[in-house]
Amino acid sequence: MIKKLGLIINPIAGLGGSVGLKGTDGMVKEALKLGAMPQASCRTKKALEQLSVIKDDIEILTCGDDMGEEAVLSLDFKARIVYISNKDETDSTDTAKAAKIILHEDADLLLFVGGDGTARDIYNAVNDKIPVIGIPAGVKIHSPVYAQNPSKAGELAKLYLTEKITRLEEAEVLDIDEDAYRKGKVITNLYGYLKIPFEKRYVQSRKAGTPLSDKANQNTISYEIIDNMTEGVYYIIGPGTTTRPIMENMALPNTLLGVDVVLNKKLVIKDAAEKHLLEVTKNNKCKLIITPIGGQGYLFGRGNQQISPEVLKNIGKDNIIVVATKQKVSELYGKPFLVDTGDDNIDKMLKGYIKVITGYKETMMYRIN
Amino acid sequence: MAEGGNIVKRINRDFKVRNFHQAKWDEPIIFELSKKGERGILIPQAEDEIKESIGDGISVLPDNIRRKQSPDLPEISQPRVLRHYMRLSQETLGADVNIEIGQGTCTVKYSPKINEMLSRMPQMTELHPLQPEETVQGILEIIHKTDMMMREISGMDRFTFQPGGGSQAVFALASIIMNYHKSKGQGKQRDEIITTIYSHPSDAAAPAVKGYRIVYIHPDEEGYPDFEAFKEAVSDRTAGFIVANPEDTGVYNPRIKEFTNLVHKVGGICGYDQANANGLLGITRAVEAGFDMCFFNLHKTFSTPHGCGGPAVGATGVINKLVKFLPAPLVDFDGNKYYLNYNSTRNHYSVGKIRSFIGVAQVIMKTYAWIMSLGAEGLYEVAKVAVLNNNYLFKKLMELDCIDAPYIKGKQRIEQVRYTLKKLTEDTDITTGDIQRRMMDFGMHYWTSHHPYYVPEPATLEPTETPSKEDLDEYIETLKYIFKEAYENPEMIKTAPHRSVCHQVDESGMDDPDKWAITWRSYLKKYK
Repeated sequence: MIKKLGLIINPIAGLGGSVGLKGTDGMVKEALKLGAMPQASCRTKKALEQLSVIKDDIEILTCGDDMGEEAVLSLDFKARIVYISNKDETDSTDTAKAAKIILHEDADLLLFVGGDGTARDIYNAVNDKIPVIGIPAGVKIHSPVYAQNPSKAGELAKLYLTEKITRLEEAEVLDIDEDAYRKGKVITNLYGYLKIPFEKRYVQSRKAGTPLSDKANQNTISYEIIDNMTEGVYYIIGPGTTTRPIMENMALPNTLLGVDVVLNKKLVIKDAAEKHLLEVTKNNKCKLIITPIGGQGYLFGRGNQQISPEVLKNIGKDNIIVVATKQKVSELYGKPFLVDTGDDNIDKMLKGYIKVITGYKETMMYRIN
Repeated sequence: MAEGGNIVKRINRDFKVRNFHQAKWDEPIIFELSKKGERGILIPQAEDEIKESIGDGISVLPDNIRRKQSPDLPEISQPRVLRHYMRLSQETLGADVNIEIGQGTCTVKYSPKINEMLSRMPQMTELHPLQPEETVQGILEIIHKTDMMMREISGMDRFTFQPGGGSQAVFALASIIMNYHKSKGQGKQRDEIITTIYSHPSDAAAPAVKGYRIVYIHPDEEGYPDFEAFKEAVSDRTAGFIVANPEDTGVYNPRIKEFTNLVHKVGGICGYDQANANGLLGITRAVEAGFDMCFFNLHKTFSTPHGCGGPAVGATGVINKLVKFLPAPLVDFDGNKYYLNYNSTRNHYSVGKIRSFIGVAQVIMKTYAWIMSLGAEGLYEVAKVAVLNNNYLFKKLMELDCIDAPYIKGKQRIEQVRYTLKKLTEDTDITTGDIQRRMMDFGMHYWTSHHPYYVPEPATLEPTETPSKEDLDEYIETLKYIFKEAYENPEMIKTAPHRSVCHQVDESGMDDPDKWAITWRSYLKKYK
């Protein structure tokens, strides 16, 4: 059966970086004036080359001109143009429109080329309704939805389209505020999760048997938390996929990108804001369950600003429970967890060692800087 | 034929990378070879006299041990059985045909064939563990004397050979720790075992089976277990500390005594995983490092040999105050004869049985023979040569740009090194898993690391004392050849192996229990 592969290129991705602009959002003209050369198309070709061996078995659904057409035609793939922008310079609305059309065409997989901003646009348009792989071409790549490099993206796409890989996993869509970043401040936000083919990074060697999948590991962590919950204590559940099974396994609704509060295994506040958390933590015994951001190791100050320094002060260091799968910890390669609450005293309070829960009855001593 | 010189193609011996191709037989599973009625042995009819005395030989057996149905064994003639297993043996890359350097942490060394012959003598093979003691004095003597030698090597006071491998030995350590604290009335309170991420995963897994909570310690920047983190981890909940030293990185923790002291201060017990002891024989001992217990893998360090999950022994030793917790029976000598000592089972402290009987006799006997042939000086020599070989390999590999070894810089490692190919992967997209497959094309092993990978793109190599300098050079040259290939012809590596028994196989089923068929019966059920 012919597989349908969607392809969307953000043609201006990466323009800003080559001329030192820290991102391209709203800076295209400036970048071109500084002599930036578009590179998204070239990176796309590198990824597509990996697919040339199965070119007879796939049909590429893509967009006109430099949003896909040019890259595809030079490589002799069967392709259909499903979206043409009527603007001279395409922008994020084109990415979103094209993604929606590709979704409606029932594509098997969507390849997109860009940076963190592009991943956000794709997420807003298709959510988790179609598996995607990002080909990195942007200035900022924080989101793990992107493969390490274009040829890896192509290889993963090939494995998925030939059904060598059938499992999917969720990867974070992160982006930083570019205006703030240009002023030297890093504010990362977690926007959501896209579904990507599960790359078998750790199954080459069979000596150690099959390691737990990240998802199974998250489940074991959740039971460790649930089995040790104390009556009368408020549990503040931070955002992320690692904490999600805690709620799921108590049959409670979960706010993936927000903070929920649980008392006696019942939901008391859904998607709590800072003021709610201040109220709860003021006079009650509370425990906060939090997971670091994958690859970066940030515990506070990235994607969970509602857990403010004031809230942390009320909770106290002893009542902070950090959870992370072993895979997540191993991907930090020894780098400590980071905190950036905006309050030096609170950062200082958090510094030191913490027992991270990595499984049922299993913890790791880990450093916070 | 040799006339004319240039007609005969000569092998260039200066080129160290070997030309190799593994045998490949399209060999079915033995059950598929079965032909109804075919026989390997035709058993003669019983003579009348015998028939009269025991009948058909089956009906005298108690009903509950008689099969209702005959076992569904393959029916196959002798030459076909022989051919089948000869072919399979040719399709393996055994320790006797390759330069076995690549299986880091496994300590795969040469096992003298004479020891193998000893263990195959009828005096060994015809023994049964349920024979009366007076008829097995020889093997009991060997077990007792091996115990005495292990005591010398480790400084411990008493050994058991019951555990059937390293993981079972860790299980024995965890069981002893549990019974010790129970005997002090602190069984419930002490629920944590501390270990490190570069110790063997079984050092955490086996205590977890006992119900312990596990606390892992990460290394500091130098690669030593982080002492500051350790101080935070140790408390009155600490039941014990089980650790390897050197860890799988080949880094020896010189402050180990401070760690064991700290555990003792809070009342915990220290168990030493000596799976990595090959570079320590005659140099350091468990007791001087402050350990209360330790175990050696006889199938690794003591050459009996290691591989295929075959017969193994995790010889487990303890100091005096823990002897009463050991599994029963122990082998003792009363000055006159050797006997099985069940005393510990009467005091209710013993952990009972970890495994049937008193240990794999053949393995203990090969250990005894190996130690006796080397003597104390010989064991010390083994350790020195193993360390020398490893550091020669280490130095030669560090001269290459694309490979590195994290942690302590400028210092030697003990008997193995965990390398990283991070740079090679960044430069070429070739991963350590790709290199692993390509090495098979040259008839060699190469191992990455346990999971998850705390060292990026890891490779763990352990030469032991076995290889000569020529062997080490051949291994190094082969690695160099493949690294060069990664830069010049990566496709060759991505598609490897090319000259092994199998090419790349789809292993997606390995993650799906529904697809597993680990016996012929379950294969028939699921797939036929």
